Amino acid sequence: MDLNEIKEIPKNYFKETLRSFFKLEKLKRISHFSGVHFNDAEKELAKKIENYKKVEKEAIKTWKIVELSRNENRPHTPDYISNIFEDFIELSGDRQTAEDKSITAGLGKINGATVAVIGHNKGKDIKERVEFNFGMSMPQGYRKSQRVMQLAGRFGFPIITFIDTPGAYAALEAEDSGQASAIAKSLLTMFELEVPVIVVLIGEGGSGGALALAIGNYVMMLENSTYSVISPEGCAAILWNDPSGSKLAARALKLTSRSLLHMGVIDRIIFEPLGGAQTDPVRMVRILKRYIVLALDKFKNTDGKQLKEQRAQKFETMGFLAESSQDLFSDK
Amino acid sequence: MDKKQPEKIKCKNCNKEIDPDEFLINFNICPNCGYHGYVGAMKRIQITSDEGSFNEMAQDLNSVDFLNFYDLKSYSSRLTEARLKSGLNEAIVVGDARINGFRTSLGVMDFSFMGGSMGSVVGEKIKILADYSIANKLPLIIFCASGGARMQEGIISLMQMAKTVSCINRLRENKIPYICLITNPTTGGVSASFATVADIIISEPGTLFCFAGPRVVEQTIKKAVPPDFGSAERNLRNGQVDMIVERKDIKDILARLLKLFKN
Repeated sequence: MDLNEIKEIPKNYFKETLRSFFKLEKLKRISHFSGVHFNDAEKELAKKIENYKKVEKEAIKTWKIVELSRNENRPHTPDYISNIFEDFIELSGDRQTAEDKSITAGLGKINGATVAVIGHNKGKDIKERVEFNFGMSMPQGYRKSQRVMQLAGRFGFPIITFIDTPGAYAALEAEDSGQASAIAKSLLTMFELEVPVIVVLIGEGGSGGALALAIGNYVMMLENSTYSVISPEGCAAILWNDPSGSKLAARALKLTSRSLLHMGVIDRIIFEPLGGAQTDPVRMVRILKRYIVLALDKFKNTDGKQLKEQRAQKFETMGFLAESSQDLFSDK
Repeated sequence: MDKKQPEKIKCKNCNKEIDPDEFLINFNICPNCGYHGYVGAMKRIQITSDEGSFNEMAQDLNSVDFLNFYDLKSYSSRLTEARLKSGLNEAIVVGDARINGFRTSLGVMDFSFMGGSMGSVVGEKIKILADYSIANKLPLIIFCASGGARMQEGIISLMQMAKTVSCINRLRENKIPYICLITNPTTGGVSASFATVADIIISEPGTLFCFAGPRVVEQTIKKAVPPDFGSAERNLRNGQVDMIVERKDIKDILARLLKLFKN
């Protein structure tokens, strides 16, 4: 194993790898001089090292996707909105305290039908990014999206959401105005809706901030976007107290579109132009538009109650258990 | 041989030595300063429900390491360790109980099991409890104590937030009251899902209750947070909780609320 190849892995992980490497060397030396062979032990150590190599390779592959999902030149929510929907009108404010620009919401038309569009907005240039807080929303943003969702629900407009956020904003003022309850209420509102909800993950899907807009009847994900419970950096900091392990953490979290489809968290992967969405944004938008139209057609004739039930059913069956739970409801 | 002296314990808040027996009798509350010490799930059930009225459900649900999550130690060995350490099967105990005679479905989280983190099993147990509540028309009471979603289950643990909120949504449609008690600490994925959609939210004094913990916030805003960050008192001031109730009064308050809801 070439030790120079593995650089960015946490210290203690590195130590363990190194230890098995030296152990193997030692066993080989002993057997060379004494003629005693330790086949089983040697095999096991070799397997362990092989495993580390594989892990490292996978980690680098996953990290490429993480970097792609954060690429600044990727089309963002405004690009999709302006090119997919006609007559789009933006709506602002949560009608309580503030307007949060990190979430864009409004009404538009697609194929002649009115829909509500909600999405995280990271901003194009540095000035916009600061203004939009890098796509990290305050509670006010989630309250605005809830208001628009309820509006859409009342008029029977289907809802399309674009997810692209590092996570909800972690700051004192956000906590003081109830970040936790804003996200929870957002989830609740989405479960109450009786209109079709189509979710598209277009970039980073970070934690609760992403989930707050991602309760959909149909969840689609761009090939090189990510969706995870915690950022790889955060995960590495917690596990190894060492942010340099973020590549390994990214692999372990299984945050790529393929793994998520395999686990049944998303319904469809939308393939990007070769090299990622940033290489050909125009084509990317065209591809996505086709899939959104298809998804909307799917739920055209579905009754509101059924839509609600399907959404609840979809999310309530998620989870992996060792034993099934039955016959619990016999009243004592 | 000498008889073993009971170890003196120190209060985490006022640093005074406390007699362990007194501490135990006093529901793990420091007799000097009133600091609410940690209480495990089983003791919590014992002090909240009527004696012998608790019937546990879904005890044999177990987590699986479906991601093959490995950080120095594998997730499955971490689970085994947590089971031995806490004596529980998972981070939540659910069941049917009586509180001053009122029948309820009760869920109690335990912070000592992997930081009370929410994985598939916690989500499933809450679903079972909510279904039981709906089937038997029982009010639902959950004691929260959790660091958030269980990282070792990756995205599936995030989905448990959606799953539990969906269960609570069905509870709301069936007009079943749901009371949530916030105990120290309740953060992350649990605070942003089933804990904050409760009809009534009660907090214990001095409880940390926030979405992002103080360390994370300090990292983002690059300055120190006020000492009362995320505390129950601050949350009450900001309108995030209905009331702060001391541990010894919780049973009474619950019984009074249940009486009001019964109508």
